Amino acid sequence: MTLLHWAILSPFLFAILIPFLYKAFRKVHTGWFVLVLPVVLFVYFFRFISLTKNGETVTETVNWMPSFGIQFTAYVDGLGLLFAMLITGIGALVVLYSIYYLDKAKEQLHNFYVYLLMFMGAMLGVVLSDNLITLYMFWEFTSISSFLLIGYWYQRERSRYGALKSMLITVFGGLSMLGGIILLYLMGGTFSIRELVGMSDQLVTDPLFMGALILILLGAFTKSAQFPFHIWLPDAMEAPTPVSAYLHSATMVKAGIYLVARMSPIFATSGVWIWLVGGIGLFTVFWGSFNAVRQKDLKGILAFSTISQLGMIMSLLGIGGAALHYNQLDENIYMAATLAAVFHLINHATFKGSLFMVAGIVDHETGTRDIRKLGGLMSFMPITFTIAIIGAFSMAGLPPFNGFLSKEMFFTGMINVLSLDIFNFETFGALFPVLAWVGSIFTFVYSMILVFKTFTGKYQPEKLEKKPHEAPIGMLISPIILASLVVIFGFFPNILSDRILAPAVEAIVPSLIADGQTVKTEISFWHGFSPELFMTIGVIAFGVILYLTLSKWEKIYRVFPQKLSLNSLYDGGLRGSERGAYGFMNGHMTGFIRTYLVYIFTFFVGISLFSLWYNNAFSLEMDEMAPIGIYEVAVALLLVVSTVMILFAKSRLTSIILLGATGYTVSLFFVVFRAPDLALTQLVIETVSVALFLLCFYHLPKLSRHEERMGFKLGNALIALGVGVTVTLFAISAYSTKLFDSISEYYIKNVYEEAAGKNMVNVILVDFRGFDTLFEICVLAIASLGIFAMIKLRLTRRDEG
Amino acid sequence: MKTNDVILQTVTKVTVFIIILFSLRLFFSGHYTPGGGFIGGLMTAGALVLLLLAFDLKTVANILPIDYKIVTAIGLLFAIGTAAGALLFNVPFLTHAFDYFTLPILGKTSLHTAVLFDTGVYLVVVGVTMTIIQTIGVSD
Repeated sequence: MTLLHWAILSPFLFAILIPFLYKAFRKVHTGWFVLVLPVVLFVYFFRFISLTKNGETVTETVNWMPSFGIQFTAYVDGLGLLFAMLITGIGALVVLYSIYYLDKAKEQLHNFYVYLLMFMGAMLGVVLSDNLITLYMFWEFTSISSFLLIGYWYQRERSRYGALKSMLITVFGGLSMLGGIILLYLMGGTFSIRELVGMSDQLVTDPLFMGALILILLGAFTKSAQFPFHIWLPDAMEAPTPVSAYLHSATMVKAGIYLVARMSPIFATSGVWIWLVGGIGLFTVFWGSFNAVRQKDLKGILAFSTISQLGMIMSLLGIGGAALHYNQLDENIYMAATLAAVFHLINHATFKGSLFMVAGIVDHETGTRDIRKLGGLMSFMPITFTIAIIGAFSMAGLPPFNGFLSKEMFFTGMINVLSLDIFNFETFGALFPVLAWVGSIFTFVYSMILVFKTFTGKYQPEKLEKKPHEAPIGMLISPIILASLVVIFGFFPNILSDRILAPAVEAIVPSLIADGQTVKTEISFWHGFSPELFMTIGVIAFGVILYLTLSKWEKIYRVFPQKLSLNSLYDGGLRGSERGAYGFMNGHMTGFIRTYLVYIFTFFVGISLFSLWYNNAFSLEMDEMAPIGIYEVAVALLLVVSTVMILFAKSRLTSIILLGATGYTVSLFFVVFRAPDLALTQLVIETVSVALFLLCFYHLPKLSRHEERMGFKLGNALIALGVGVTVTLFAISAYSTKLFDSISEYYIKNVYEEAAGKNMVNVILVDFRGFDTLFEICVLAIASLGIFAMIKLRLTRRDEG
Repeated sequence: MKTNDVILQTVTKVTVFIIILFSLRLFFSGHYTPGGGFIGGLMTAGALVLLLLAFDLKTVANILPIDYKIVTAIGLLFAIGTAAGALLFNVPFLTHAFDYFTLPILGKTSLHTAVLFDTGVYLVVVGVTMTIIQTIGVSD
């Protein structure tokens, strides 16, 4: 474990302390303690810049399950570092903002910050893991913590709905991604991303390649809310605003983008990757911005805008992948797209973060986020208004803000598509710049709606819950910092180029970078009267017209039939599967344990006998069997007698005692065969379970004799007989077939030497097969909690009713 | 109905301690002779069940005010902590270590991290068994 590993795990460790801090210091807002961590981590990661700037990387490995190729490998390169700094930097600002946003008297802060820290650690793990399994584990952690954060106000039905939706969709994607990871492992024989990148030339010819590509992309697209999986993001806005600013704009949704960037060197040699990532990304740009215009909720607009902007970064990465497809760096026009993607990643985090915080401030100070109720807030909140102007203008791609620069680079990238020759880009390729341009017009329109409908126009105090006033200074610090970054990066984009952008771009296209070579990352504010500039002028002109005539053409949104939307498809699918599951369950769950036993035993007999027959594994050699002694006969007789007696027992008490007798007899068997551990366990278990029976025996209903039909009884007898025969056949066949040497020899040799124990059973339990034991006790614990919950819940309900 | 269980109660008072001591012995000797966390835990639970049978749930809850769900949780922490602790030394998850020490009174003894893991198993078994028995016992 190195410092780097501790840095990744520190949020989890810190999260354990939160409930105690919350209880011990009730007077202090818990956020102040939490704030320390991202700040420290940010400073820690900041120091890595000097390393990655020179193209160096850091790799630290901790063995986890090395025999399966699973390691906790922390890997820092330009791309990972950029994300790590976004996570900790924006994280610190969001925590600071949340201290003023969440009331310490009313909110359950300990829950909130535990979830937030869990998320932060998971996110760091995703971007700094080289091992795909570790990455996957952290990836699903982000889904779970996001679920908890969206459902933070769990009393609200919409929150629960949004949380469930986001989890269903992102976990579905995560599972697909796991499939992709396993396919990659089958192809390359390793989970390490760097090693897989080195093999990309062989991988692309593998028949499994296409499957892995699509499955991995499913993971990335669901996480980054790309069309058609974007539907969860607007519902995720039920989370508290700091969460929306953090997870749903700056970090988690960018995990998918990170994955695409990280995987580009492996997959982008294939044209399909470029086509899929670029195409779906670009359609998302259009669809997101088009739908953002119709939203009435400030956070709704921002949610769709995030979808659209993520699509933009995605499409740029897709087009940038073409550089790898053509495999040359000199004069490579596609590199510009990758650079634009990385640059816009940072810009989007700054302006969208600040805009979310503005939306939160408006909500906090007026009690509503509905733009139909808002208006004329400019004079009440001048500082918020200024921040909103900067953020929104940057989002719209207007000079002199940073969004303008990346927007221009976006256009450049899309124009370059025209010269691509994969998948007939001559015909379809023309769609790229057009869609990009139309998407940008709508982006302009919704950015203007966001600012001007909120802050200018008619002030309607009667519709607001509170009298608006400027937010407290603490709440303003974070958005002010982000807005100043928007301006600074706009005027001096090159402070980022060498230190941050170039290393990140190099990490995306490692195979193209020869030693000593660097990527050209000069970003110039003024780039002449190029097509891009004219496109921007067109965006502004059309955008202004569309904004002014909004009321006239807004009706087209109502043309879309609601029933055909993706949301109703999702809702309908969920309802349908629920109904199907109920139907299926009611069909075979009778509530009687004997029905279930019939199922279990029938399947057991059927499947076992079939597999024995299918593998031709019947082998009944009696010669090697040990002689049967008098003890065995006696014990077996005892067993048979006590079992048969249970069948004819009239009262429950008798059958319990007889059942105990059977158990004790079995343990006698163990004694005869010299297995003291087993005998002891069996004895104690038998004692405890009989005692348990006796404890609740008094309360059980009278043993009812079901007068069953003869056929039913006969069927039961047949099944019982079948089970007995199957087990016997299995036991004898297993004994007569010796394909391998018995494993006991291995244990006899190694138990003392490797584990210094003489009791083989126990050493196997805790040492050789410790994993089994670990999971077994987990299962036990879950089972006991299940019983506890079931019975306690029933009791409280009875008390209430 | 007044039940007369003086004999059971008196015998229980003595035997419970014997059983618990024996279960501890089983637990500690597990690595070399029959025993271990699982059996030890079950036997301790057995002793507690005997208490429950001889006295009633309320009395036992007064004598041993233990929340067995927490015992389970502590046990799991022990087991997972031992397993994850191996990572600190950069060896795979769940690698155990042992060494020989000369201790006062006991003399040369081997100490294993497996004991910590086994402690987890022991606590989980006691916790789980008692949680189940108590909840079912209270249910009416």
